[in-house]
Amino acid sequence: MCANRFWGDRDDEILNAIVVLSNYVLIPAVAYGSQLALGALGVTLIYGILRFSNFAHGDTMAFGAMATILVTWLFQSWGISLGPLPTALLAIPFGIMATAALLLTTDRLVYRFYRQKKAPPVILVIVSMGVMFVMNGLVRFIIGPNDQRFADGERFIISAREFKKMTGLSEGLAFKTTQGITIVTAIIVVMTLFWFLNRTRTGKSMRAFSDNEDLALLSGINPDRVVMVTWIIVAALAATAGALYGLDKSFKPFTYLQLLLPIFAAAVVGGLGNPVGAIAGGFVIAFSEILITYPLKRVLKYLLPENLEPSTLVQLLSTDYKFAVSFTILIIVLLFRPTGLFKGKSV
Amino acid sequence: MIKVENLHRHFGGFRAVDGSSLEIREGSITGLVGPNGAGKTTLFNVIAGVLPPTSGRVTMAGIDITGMPPHALFHKGLLRTFQIAHEFGSMSVRENLMMVPGGQTGEVLWNTWFGRKRIADEERVLQAKADEVLEFLTIDHLRDEKAGNLSGGQKKLLELGRTMMVDARIVFLDEVGAGVNRTLLNTIGDAIIRLNRERGYTFCMIEHDMEFIGRLCDPVIVMAEGKVLAQGTIEEIKANEQVIEAYLGTGLKNKGAA
Repeated sequence: MCANRFWGDRDDEILNAIVVLSNYVLIPAVAYGSQLALGALGVTLIYGILRFSNFAHGDTMAFGAMATILVTWLFQSWGISLGPLPTALLAIPFGIMATAALLLTTDRLVYRFYRQKKAPPVILVIVSMGVMFVMNGLVRFIIGPNDQRFADGERFIISAREFKKMTGLSEGLAFKTTQGITIVTAIIVVMTLFWFLNRTRTGKSMRAFSDNEDLALLSGINPDRVVMVTWIIVAALAATAGALYGLDKSFKPFTYLQLLLPIFAAAVVGGLGNPVGAIAGGFVIAFSEILITYPLKRVLKYLLPENLEPSTLVQLLSTDYKFAVSFTILIIVLLFRPTGLFKGKSV
Repeated sequence: MIKVENLHRHFGGFRAVDGSSLEIREGSITGLVGPNGAGKTTLFNVIAGVLPPTSGRVTMAGIDITGMPPHALFHKGLLRTFQIAHEFGSMSVRENLMMVPGGQTGEVLWNTWFGRKRIADEERVLQAKADEVLEFLTIDHLRDEKAGNLSGGQKKLLELGRTMMVDARIVFLDEVGAGVNRTLLNTIGDAIIRLNRERGYTFCMIEHDMEFIGRLCDPVIVMAEGKVLAQGTIEEIKANEQVIEAYLGTGLKNKGAA
């Protein structure tokens, strides 16, 4: 079908292919990549400054998302709303505060003890696994193990039907509000974080601590303060990432445990301890995961002549194996560039 | 100024510092010498709070400072530099200096947003001071260079510069002259003497270059096997039989006799 008489059939087909690719790969991958990048930033900050891999990060995100959900429900019951935007946006700051309180308490009760003993990183990693189980239990205890929906407001910025009507193409392009919000929020958060790390004195003292802990101490920088600020920032990143992921997909405590894998892959691929790397890593993982598990037949049928049209789905891997993608990339990067794509600390 | 009493630091069975007692006079430039493995750097680390002592006591102007964390000691005016120069590699030379002193207004998260003016005022003072220090050390042309790219000698100057950002009372220099060429060594030596005379810094320095020590230090303390062996002027030390044996080695003693 050719709705526009100025366009040839061939042009239409290419446009349709682009639309399909955007709809199923590009937009979801950018949104998912933003969520991974925010998660990986938290992991990488802890690695750079506190010097251990924090396995509890996925569940920290779950806790942040849960706190956001509870406050969202409270606001919804009060009739507070943001109109077309989800109410959850208003609740995220409260989610951050709750997460910061949780992380600071955890640090006080658990991590500080090992830090004062100068425990090697490997012990802290195991400790963080313990913390992970506790947090996971805490979240399931409070909100239950089931799916929770808390998105409201407009569902789409552009829906597939509107898009088809607008362009006359046979393929539709849907752009969900939550995807748009995820991308915009991620950009704002990342910009604020980089401004903070590079331009403010607090950020510089964190970088100093990451560059050379001994020297930072001997320059009179108070380590307790740096640790505290780091946890607060990590809480902000984790709660935001968790809430955005929950808005975009749905909230289920267990999915956050699984999310830990691609997040770590993103942080390591980008170079642990390097914030730019964490962002790049997030998108590398998100794009590969979605591109490899998406059946490309729908794109190819527009691009190839009829006789070459693939008979199979051209799906390189079933979605069940999507975590395998992160790990394959992780292994390849570690083999050839152990410090990650951007120069990080070696693992 | 600093009094070390019967200090021990053991690593397992190894007694790196084995009952050292010594005193650093206020206003002096005290040299600390000894063969490799004599426990000099460990002693520094214990005094500066990097390592806790196994036993013993360190006092500064009569106050017990044993086991205090480094950043707390820093605020008491006790500073140190490292044998292998340390720097914040990802920051510029000027930013490196401006990190000192810690505990600035801007380090509190709240003030990042609500104390902008105070931070800006503070930064202005610091920046002027950093520029002054860089000029004093003759490395002002490297101001915006990343500290990670400096040469070994320049990093040593930067270490010294760090101690000049605050009014230190006592500075511990760990082989500030090692691996530095003659010209740069003289610059460092001049800077140390000026800081000592003009600003009243007390120095305690580990050094291997006898000529450099002879020029700067009085008194000189000799350590061997974790203990203080002798103390005195450089001439006295050079003449001390025990020291010659432990530190300069028997070979040199024979040569001296010949």
